[in-house]
Amino acid sequence: MTTPTPLTAGITPNGPVISLAEYEEMGGYQSLRKALGGMSPSEVIETVKASGLRGRGGAGFPTGLKWSFVPKRNGDTGHRYLVANGDEMEPGTFKDRLLIEGNPHQLIEGVLLAAYAMEADFGYVFIRWAYRDAFLRLRHAAAEAHEAGYWGHDILGSGFNLEFHVHVSAGRYMCGEETALLTSLQGGRANPRTKPPFPPVVGLYGRPSVVQNIETLCNVPHIIANGADWYRELGLTEDAGTKLYGVSGKVKNPGLFELPMGTPIREIIEEHAGGMRDGLKLRAFLPGGASTRFMLPKHLDMPMDFGHVEAAGSRIGTGTMIILDDRTCPVGMLHNMEHFFAQESCGWCTPCREGLPWVEKTLAAIENGDGREGDLEILERHAKMLGPGYTFCALAPGAVDPLASALEHFRDDFETHIRNGKCPY
Amino acid sequence: MVLTPEELALFDHGLSLEENPRSACVAAMKFIQDRRGWVNDEAMEWLSVKLDMPRADLESVATFYSLIFRKPVGRHVILMCDSVSCWIMGCETVADHLRRRLGIDLGQTTPDGLFTWLTIPCLGACDMAPAMMVDEVLCGPLTPELIDKVLDACVAADSL
Repeated sequence: MTTPTPLTAGITPNGPVISLAEYEEMGGYQSLRKALGGMSPSEVIETVKASGLRGRGGAGFPTGLKWSFVPKRNGDTGHRYLVANGDEMEPGTFKDRLLIEGNPHQLIEGVLLAAYAMEADFGYVFIRWAYRDAFLRLRHAAAEAHEAGYWGHDILGSGFNLEFHVHVSAGRYMCGEETALLTSLQGGRANPRTKPPFPPVVGLYGRPSVVQNIETLCNVPHIIANGADWYRELGLTEDAGTKLYGVSGKVKNPGLFELPMGTPIREIIEEHAGGMRDGLKLRAFLPGGASTRFMLPKHLDMPMDFGHVEAAGSRIGTGTMIILDDRTCPVGMLHNMEHFFAQESCGWCTPCREGLPWVEKTLAAIENGDGREGDLEILERHAKMLGPGYTFCALAPGAVDPLASALEHFRDDFETHIRNGKCPY
Repeated sequence: MVLTPEELALFDHGLSLEENPRSACVAAMKFIQDRRGWVNDEAMEWLSVKLDMPRADLESVATFYSLIFRKPVGRHVILMCDSVSCWIMGCETVADHLRRRLGIDLGQTTPDGLFTWLTIPCLGACDMAPAMMVDEVLCGPLTPELIDKVLDACVAADSL
């Protein structure tokens, strides 16, 4: 039996887009018809809850539960918003681009279903500028869908209304943080907001809003079409569904692979990504983008899912792995990542604004052979003081997660750099 | 005149679709940038009136987003990814080639005004690392030969 690949069915990487006619032929928009024709918003939420779908953007929050936090309308006629987060900029992550470019209608149907569940009347897709092809294809698909009556006034005669907008951003990783994204959508600098209140209660323009990752939303039409049990059974472990895993770095076949949630990490790297390039060994890997902790070869036989990766001290994050080989300098790699985080800090809170550049400078000094006694202690202190609870949002804690694990796993490398006054790689 | 009458009609139509003028500020600056290459002081002043947004607020937004240009850029903008997957795959080596070929460093524009070289975080093309975007086209995995080919094509297109 071949494994079902609902998310990527019909998609060829860097190939043509799936048109409306093709999408409908694949069963597209049938879930929307099903929901609008016979399910209440609460039933949609309950189905998604029962499916076990968890957010694919990094935090892994249960999707149905998030939607249930939106207060019921009860006569409230103000706007409420469903916002699809297409600001994919986590280093090493390239999954949402494939989903938008390959099958934009699947995303639009996911937006519609989520919006219906939370009784929203506005659906936004927030997309980064650099995803140019994705934007053009999505804009075209949105026009097709509007023409066909899938969004707008009184959709399919159900009485449900939804305005659909695509917002093109202008750079900055910070926009991916959900509250910063909302501020950005309102025309401001992308600074995060205090939580609570959380966006489902107070979000865009102070109104109930749900911000959801692209891949997460793309799962929803399949859950509504096939049911919660079907979706749960797709996963090999406790976690449900399929996952768009990615592998980059010096492997033979870097790319994206839709596989059952809980597929062993070794299978993803060695079978699907073709294993390491000749002459190289896998030294460590970041399981889900630059803001996750390093994992080691001893973790390779572990299932790639939320629970197991967390038990190994890391996070599945975006599920797109970055491989560190034995000929690449871990200190140099860390320096590259911390440069990114320091550059992308929005500057709103002091620990992040001041701390990350200090981390970056210290790592640069070590990598360039100017490291000093005591530098590792400075880095360790930052790894703690920029961690959860000390900063406004998750950017800095995400930035120091790989740092803390690198100091633990690659201690010898750091010490050799400092002792010998140069990078040995 | 910041916009021609035809451009203004298009601009006003776009603005009418937004929930409020301020929300449109990024799109509005991009509208001008797409047509003039960058957003100059006169355009900022005009926008601040048009969007009913204090100039300082508009400036703070403009300077926050890395892809709003408040200075002139070359005819072609090269956005080279320097994030971790591209770094592992050797983006520094291909950057050296770009540096030699154009005779400029990151953040600079060639004296003939043809190319501006900027950095960009992860382009979401890690399976084709190292990657870059020239104008609106994504390319990778980069080699010195591919860089030459892409830049030659830009030069050839300009001379048509």
